[in-house]
Amino acid sequence: MPRSLIVILIPVFSVAAALLLGAIMLLMLGANPISGFATMLSAAFGSLDGFSATLIKSIPLMLVGVGICIAFRANVINIGGEGQMVLGGLFSTMAALALPGLPPLLLVPVVLLAGIVGGALWGAIPGALKAYFNVSEILSTIMLNIVAVQLMNFLLRGPLIDPGEIERGTRIPQTARLPENSDLPMLVDRLNFHSGILIALAAAICAWVLLWRTGLGFRLRSVGLNPDAARYAGIPVKRSIVIAMMLSGAMSGLAGAILVFGSESHRMVTDGSTMGFTGSAGFNGIVVALFGALHPLWTIPSSILFGGMLIGANSLQRVAQVPSALIIALNGLIVIFVVSTEWHRKRLQAESKVVNEDVVDK
Amino acid sequence: MFKKSLVSFFAAALCSAASMSASAEALKVAIVAPSASNDLAFTQSIVDGVNALKEEFEIEMAITDGTFIVDDAAAAIRDYAKQGFDVVLAHGSQYGGSLKEIAPDFPDTAFAWGTSADTFGLPNVSAYEAMSNEGGYVMGVMAGKMTKSGVIGVVGPIEVGDAKLYVDGFVEGAKAANGDATVNVNYIGSFGDVALAAEAGRSHIANGADVMTGTAQMVVGAIGAARSKDVAWFGTQANQTKLGKKVVVASQVYKWEVILRDIFNDAKNGVLGGKLHKVDLANGGLTIEFNDKYSLDAGARKAGEEAMAAIMDGSLKLSH
Amino acid sequence: MTDVFTTTIVVATIASGIRLATPFLLAALGEAIGQRSGVLNLGVDGVMLLGAFAAYFVVLDTENVWLGVVAGITIGICMGVLYAVITVFLHAEQGVSGIGIYLFGLGMSDLLFQKLVGTPLPIDQFSEWSVPYLSDVPVIGVMLFQHSPMVYIAFLLVPVVAFILNRTTFGLNVRAVGESPESADSLGVSVRRVRFCTIIAGNALAGLAGAALAIELGIFQQNLTNAMGFIAIALVYFGAWRAPGVMAGALVFGMVGAIVLQAKTLGLIPRSASDIAAMAPAIITILALVVVANRFRQPAALTKPYFRGD
Repeated sequence: MPRSLIVILIPVFSVAAALLLGAIMLLMLGANPISGFATMLSAAFGSLDGFSATLIKSIPLMLVGVGICIAFRANVINIGGEGQMVLGGLFSTMAALALPGLPPLLLVPVVLLAGIVGGALWGAIPGALKAYFNVSEILSTIMLNIVAVQLMNFLLRGPLIDPGEIERGTRIPQTARLPENSDLPMLVDRLNFHSGILIALAAAICAWVLLWRTGLGFRLRSVGLNPDAARYAGIPVKRSIVIAMMLSGAMSGLAGAILVFGSESHRMVTDGSTMGFTGSAGFNGIVVALFGALHPLWTIPSSILFGGMLIGANSLQRVAQVPSALIIALNGLIVIFVVSTEWHRKRLQAESKVVNEDVVDK
Repeated sequence: MFKKSLVSFFAAALCSAASMSASAEALKVAIVAPSASNDLAFTQSIVDGVNALKEEFEIEMAITDGTFIVDDAAAAIRDYAKQGFDVVLAHGSQYGGSLKEIAPDFPDTAFAWGTSADTFGLPNVSAYEAMSNEGGYVMGVMAGKMTKSGVIGVVGPIEVGDAKLYVDGFVEGAKAANGDATVNVNYIGSFGDVALAAEAGRSHIANGADVMTGTAQMVVGAIGAARSKDVAWFGTQANQTKLGKKVVVASQVYKWEVILRDIFNDAKNGVLGGKLHKVDLANGGLTIEFNDKYSLDAGARKAGEEAMAAIMDGSLKLSH
Repeated sequence: MTDVFTTTIVVATIASGIRLATPFLLAALGEAIGQRSGVLNLGVDGVMLLGAFAAYFVVLDTENVWLGVVAGITIGICMGVLYAVITVFLHAEQGVSGIGIYLFGLGMSDLLFQKLVGTPLPIDQFSEWSVPYLSDVPVIGVMLFQHSPMVYIAFLLVPVVAFILNRTTFGLNVRAVGESPESADSLGVSVRRVRFCTIIAGNALAGLAGAALAIELGIFQQNLTNAMGFIAIALVYFGAWRAPGVMAGALVFGMVGAIVLQAKTLGLIPRSASDIAAMAPAIITILALVVVANRFRQPAALTKPYFRGD
């Protein structure tokens, strides 16, 4: 068998192995694994409705993932995507509530920009703490996620709450329906397929251009590869770290804004946790980015794959009444299996390249 | 169990295909809920409610639980409506905003959401609410009568929705029964942090509390603290006696079947919504279930029962 | 009267802070050991959840808390073997595989709970151990020496871990492997074996942390840890990979949490600001590190898989 074929087959086999384990678990739960997986696949990719849901689900993953690419390339580990998404959601919500009168052509960019600002701000804090106070960004981003969720709960049950909730006495912590002028334009109205996907794709391409086609990108990557060398070369390392975190946070903030304005309810609501708002995208985005080899463009298919997995899992739960816990465990297994074989795939790929070059040389 | 539900799903799918014209025999009910269906709390209460009606109605039930992500819940609600379910219960107050957008697309489906008090003026949406302050008040009265230290502790999640309603009722009752009692209320800032809830319980105990209550799913931690220090506990949302046989005095239990019966009957008769439903002490949708193993002071129990009677006959009006 | 009352409250608050710090401390010590040898484990929270469920299930069945502790540690070791195989032998990217372990633990613990137990039933909790003589000392006694055994174990592990890392050959090897696996290897230290050991020890502690949590609370439910494992990872960075530093971090986080809770209970914090107050542990932990100005740098080989020169 040619090596290149093996290189392609390894990840396929590792996913298959994880699914086999999942199938055994499904059997033990008394569900039919074949129809189960068929359900997942057809729900995520088998119909226009399903595929549109998958793409919508992939938007925050893609944006957070792209942000992670930027940060990790500058050797900054951003685990604060969850909090940055929340801040993006809050800032954009406040902008929409403050400027309800603006026409859509103005209001939509304004709210998205507000989301970007919120996320960037929440990213700049750990960036500055790392650059100027030597506080590990892993510590500060995890802690700022805790701060963000409390801020969200405070604002949504206090200053930003829907006045109707106070009138009725039900006090659900949510804003009023945000002005219709701020709804993201629909691509296909029937499917609730909104233009967020175009924004996410554009962001991925911009990030790629930024990282590999601009001076700033070069500086960020230099800092990531070797900060000492970068310093000698006259690159402002500290400022670059802050910028990398800001850009990364901006992407997550944009993701948060799109979650609010592309949501079915067109309002921000909290169940008291970050996960309830983000769907853990701030976290899963890290996996998506690393699966995409920290390359903004590879993050696109990677996020669509993960988005499909989440949609398929939801549908499996509905159709076969399989507990959602199984799906979370199965996602974990898939991640473990794929990442475990990744190094061997890369090694084989490298070897086959060497072999090919040898052939060429001769 | 899952095999069975799988079969029943396919049966349901076949039925829905076959029964488009003929009036369906079984009522197809879907539940979308934020936590686990066996959580001994909010989600379990609605599942139990539907199950309780299986004698009266022929029901096919499907559940999507653990759906704390609002947009996933919206997708599930939409999907059930598309599949032709007769009644879709959106059992989470955070789902309302989505339901408002979904319901108009499915004019033939009956939607109900709770806990809430808003039908958005839509003819196929009903809202249901638990007047949990009533049971809270009754148990607060008993707590006020019971306490020897004069300190009562309350552990809450975030001051919103049903949790706030219950806590406010409890505090009102305790104060009414015992004006000298101190009622310390601690909203810990989380629905999920069991360890923090446990410490909140312990901090109440350190401050002298000898009776406590609390609400939401993280409260199991505080019940653990009550158990280890032998402090009396009042439960809500479900019968929590199982969580502390020696310390749980009584629990306020939601009997959603009381209003689900109306919703199902209406749905069968083509009335798909537009109504506000309430479970309260008077209509039997809220009950106080006592723990037989706990020797409750007769005077405290009597005071509680009097408060309950006064609320039920309307002679006592609560501030909410 | 008021004096006694105030002292009681202060003592209770400090005792509460120590209790809150305990699971973080156990998990963070484990994570610190692994990171010292150059292995990042983002899966701590998942391992804690599995350890918590295992302990809960065993105690539910046997009514013996110590068997529960053993079960938690055992599950931790099993997950350690898995993680070691993935990261040391298969050279997997540590960040992603840790997240895989987390997701697996999060889902699996919940699934097992739903299938094997169903509704949450309480289990036996630790009874408090009063340390002879010391617990009778006024003020300090109640504060420090009337706790569940897990608290003592966690805090006694701090000098133990510090001793092993700083004063034993094994500890020297661990640090060498974490700083420069190549030179350690050239000196005849097996990088694989050292990392295998630290990963297993770290995961065993994570499993123990979960067990301690479940038995202390006397209950299990979905996502019982509520992301404690991630905070534990943050505290490793706070403590600069040193056991006393990690303990300091866990205590700062736990103490601030306890003070906020106590202030809420006493009504010193208005209810309208309860969420703002709940931010305090996180913010003060960050600020503490800013003030202390941490001069340590992370183990040079952290997150870097080691390939023996072939």
